[in-house]
Amino acid sequence: MDVLHGLVAPLSDIAASPLFFVEVLVGGIAAGLLYSLVALGFVLIFKASGVFNFAQGVMVLFAALTLVGLMDRGVPAPLALLLSIAVMIALAFAIERVVLRPLVNQEAIILFMATIGLNFFLEGFGEMLWGANVKRLDVGIPDTSFRMAGILVNRLEMAAALTAAVLVTILAVFFQKTRIGRALRAVADDHEAALSVGIPLKTIWVVVWSVAGLVALAAGVMWGAKSGVQFSLSLIALKALPVLILGGLTSVPGAIVGGIIIGVGEKIAEVYWGPLVGGAIENWFAYVMALGFLLIRPQGLFGEKIIERV
Amino acid sequence: MIYREAGQFKTSYASDQAIFPIPQDRVFVGVVCVAAVLVPLFANEYWLQAILIPFLIYSLAALGLNLLTGYAGQLSLGTGGFMAVGAYSAFKLTSAFPGLDIVVVFLIAGLITAGVGVVFGLPSLRIKGFYLAVATLAAQFFLIWLFNRVAWFVNYAPSGTITAPPRTVLGVMVTGPQATAGARYLTALALVAVFALLAKNLVRGRVGRAWMAIRDRDIAAEIIGIRPLRTKLLAFAVSSFYCGVAGAEFVFLYLGSAETLAFDIALSFLVLFMVIIGGLGSILGSFLGAGFILLVPVFLTNAPRAVGIDLPVALAKQLEVMVFGALIIFFLIAEPSGLARLWQIAKEKLRLWPFPH
Repeated sequence: MDVLHGLVAPLSDIAASPLFFVEVLVGGIAAGLLYSLVALGFVLIFKASGVFNFAQGVMVLFAALTLVGLMDRGVPAPLALLLSIAVMIALAFAIERVVLRPLVNQEAIILFMATIGLNFFLEGFGEMLWGANVKRLDVGIPDTSFRMAGILVNRLEMAAALTAAVLVTILAVFFQKTRIGRALRAVADDHEAALSVGIPLKTIWVVVWSVAGLVALAAGVMWGAKSGVQFSLSLIALKALPVLILGGLTSVPGAIVGGIIIGVGEKIAEVYWGPLVGGAIENWFAYVMALGFLLIRPQGLFGEKIIERV
Repeated sequence: MIYREAGQFKTSYASDQAIFPIPQDRVFVGVVCVAAVLVPLFANEYWLQAILIPFLIYSLAALGLNLLTGYAGQLSLGTGGFMAVGAYSAFKLTSAFPGLDIVVVFLIAGLITAGVGVVFGLPSLRIKGFYLAVATLAAQFFLIWLFNRVAWFVNYAPSGTITAPPRTVLGVMVTGPQATAGARYLTALALVAVFALLAKNLVRGRVGRAWMAIRDRDIAAEIIGIRPLRTKLLAFAVSSFYCGVAGAEFVFLYLGSAETLAFDIALSFLVLFMVIIGGLGSILGSFLGAGFILLVPVFLTNAPRAVGIDLPVALAKQLEVMVFGALIIFFLIAEPSGLARLWQIAKEKLRLWPFPH
């Protein structure tokens, strides 16, 4: 009876104070978009090369560390940003040359493992270059809240949401309108067919890893501003994974919508039903949610329909 | 090899189907077994405790994951969670029934883990590939959270840790603080040997062939009459059983006491590394992989000191992580099929040596 009451009572709480519910909702959407930023990097790489890039989380950390490290050494912010972008592009070249090219045509699980290896490498490398202590990243937006139409909104989260929106728009235009974007979509459809019409696969990979690097930088800046640039930043990859499979591994809009669903679901569950099971459910709730969705649609919400042939 | 197998003819089906068809191989395996049993007489405490015992336990876990991922083709990232189930259920069992033989406790803990594995394996019927891999993470995070949250699992110990109580096998203390490293080593060795033999026979029989058919093309397997539900769930059950026993051993024979942190996602990845580096779909590979992944950090920690370079601790740690990652990438590029394949190639080369043509 107690349990039943615990399950139902939050519903009346919601009905009693709808404004608070909307606040929770907005907070959830904002948090979800932050997850989306990370998931986006995964999707880009998976789409174009079929690689499940586990190192995306560490790329976020690495990008943020580079930016903060440069700024700490007195490099002005715009220049540091440009330099960090250059570093991420250089990293993409290096990864294509050293990791991807020798592993062409290997099974997906081998490539996945290679990116975990990359994960370790970048983790050690980043810490060696820039040190392991927590760094503050100031982007000029205070982590404070203001009231908008009676609802408490966090400035930083709003900025992150805007960044995500802008990034997705740019990416959508890039994918749909530019020559390289078309080539990327062709590669995503079919590697061999793309090769046979003369699309250079290697260049495409460098481009897509560079773009993923830039997305990682954007995510790193936002997360870094929120919680400081530190080692635990690399663990957000684990938060992005349920977003990823919920939205579908191959869908950019999926990453966004998935992020929002996960963010909102997680917040609501934590605020209203969390106390029932003793709290701290954010570690696994997203996964269970994604699992529930997957049972209905095994390819994720927007993923390509998996057609199986014998 | 140094020996020739020319002139050895199989005269019966039994001899043709033997696990080790060549007598020299049997001798070799026999020697290895005897050597493994005699090791505690020579090895010192450090070697037993820091390398050999974890090696055996990780081998068992890798063996379990290899059955699931290498043979049945279901990628799982929940190994750490399943090992935790084994450890915690063994702890609960042995504190509830102190008279129960500890080996029996390990086995029952394995069975409990198998049940949990089946539950978390159910989605595999619908979800495939990386989607499944991420879905198994749900098991990992949920189980760890559960053990952290529910004090009943740790007998309401305020520290939240489980500790191996002193238990004996055949009158010899094998767990708890008084147990010698040698006794714990031999227990782990006996369990690993039995389960490796079991796995070897399992994968070459009907069950293993069904797993491999599912792995290679599940729809085709279904068409020739393999039931995906039963086969996949059996793979999850057997694999989780192995992981559960390994998890129980992990606390009882190796760590002595542990909290959930010991079973976090890093452990899952570590075991997956062992399976991949050792060789997917290879019993021997599980052992080679476990040895490799275990020895590389030991080597990397000691190598700079051995050549006379004294690195600051932090730098040494970072370098170690970097080199470890680079080595993994290097090995995947050099031999994606793993160490077991290398061993096979070496054997084939040596067979013709010194006259390859």
